[in-house]
Amino acid sequence: MKITDVISELGLKVVSGTGGLENEVTGGYVSDLLSDVIGNGREGNVWITLQAHHNIVAVASLKDIAAIIIVRGVQPDEETIKKSNQENIPLLSADEDTFTVAGKLYNMIRKK
Amino acid sequence: MRTYRADLHIHTLLSPCGDLSMSPANIISEALRRKLDIIGITDHNSTRQACLIGILGARNGLLVLRGAEVTTREEVHCLAFFENLHDLEVFQGYLDKNLPDIKNDPLIFGDQVVVNEEEDIIHTEEKLLINATEISIGELEAFVHERGGLFIPAHIDRLKNSVYSQLGFLPPDLNADALEISRRSTPEEFRRIHPEIKVYPLLTNSDAHYPEAVGAAFNLLEMEELSFGEIKMAVKGINGRRIKELC
Repeated sequence: MKITDVISELGLKVVSGTGGLENEVTGGYVSDLLSDVIGNGREGNVWITLQAHHNIVAVASLKDIAAIIIVRGVQPDEETIKKSNQENIPLLSADEDTFTVAGKLYNMIRKK
Repeated sequence: MRTYRADLHIHTLLSPCGDLSMSPANIISEALRRKLDIIGITDHNSTRQACLIGILGARNGLLVLRGAEVTTREEVHCLAFFENLHDLEVFQGYLDKNLPDIKNDPLIFGDQVVVNEEEDIIHTEEKLLINATEISIGELEAFVHERGGLFIPAHIDRLKNSVYSQLGFLPPDLNADALEISRRSTPEEFRRIHPEIKVYPLLTNSDAHYPEAVGAAFNLLEMEELSFGEIKMAVKGINGRRIKELC
């Protein structure tokens, strides 16, 4: 399963980091504590969060996260967008909340 | 040069978690008892009790830094101080605008009151002060520095509401004047684990929520006289002023 599949199934907006849209998805992780993601995020995870600070891109890069979904329509700042383009980590935007997005992603991954 | 004792992180009775005995008069008398020269008044997302404490402090030869402990959008706690009252007022407006309109329940979170010198309640803050504001950590830093203030991420060694817990690491572009570590860590220990903080001055403060805790941790600042500008120089370590020791 690729990020592009997740985008179409969940109806996400692509904000930036289009260089990573073919990244392979192996699972998901949900957390708003970046210290927790550093400890527990796994390679290929789609990370769902409402944090929009540019440190999210560095953490995603460190953990080989496949893409970041920012929920509830929260807008990432310019620096976050710039870094995601540099690192080729897709920033995806969802209007729905974390629970809904995570539920949909969980079902999608389980079916494959 | 003289050495001054500074505890820059003290809550008053305005903070829901601050004990009701943390009245302006009590804070001043505790600070004097602990032989502090400088105190920082840092309620959660409000500066409304700081002014009076500044006045009482001045009467007693105590310099009071007026500011707040802001909860940023990322839920990082940061101390912000301003030298003049106009900037403090503008800052208060900025906090009011960016704090969500969610009511405090005093039974759960505690009272949020402002008192006068006679300890009569003159204002009750309706909005829950411990909520996160809509202000990002970068926006806060910019706001404070545009107005010549001091910006200090709080208790960075704590496992909650610290820059490390919320953001994983210290954003390299964050222009902090200093970093606050709590008494549970020593500067040497923390610098070993996080070598990237070497470029920042470290401070330690009590984070007092009740009178006995005022001055439980403090800093020795070496500087010429008691003033906001001197403290800024001491924190930055310029013109011979410096942070001499964390106690």
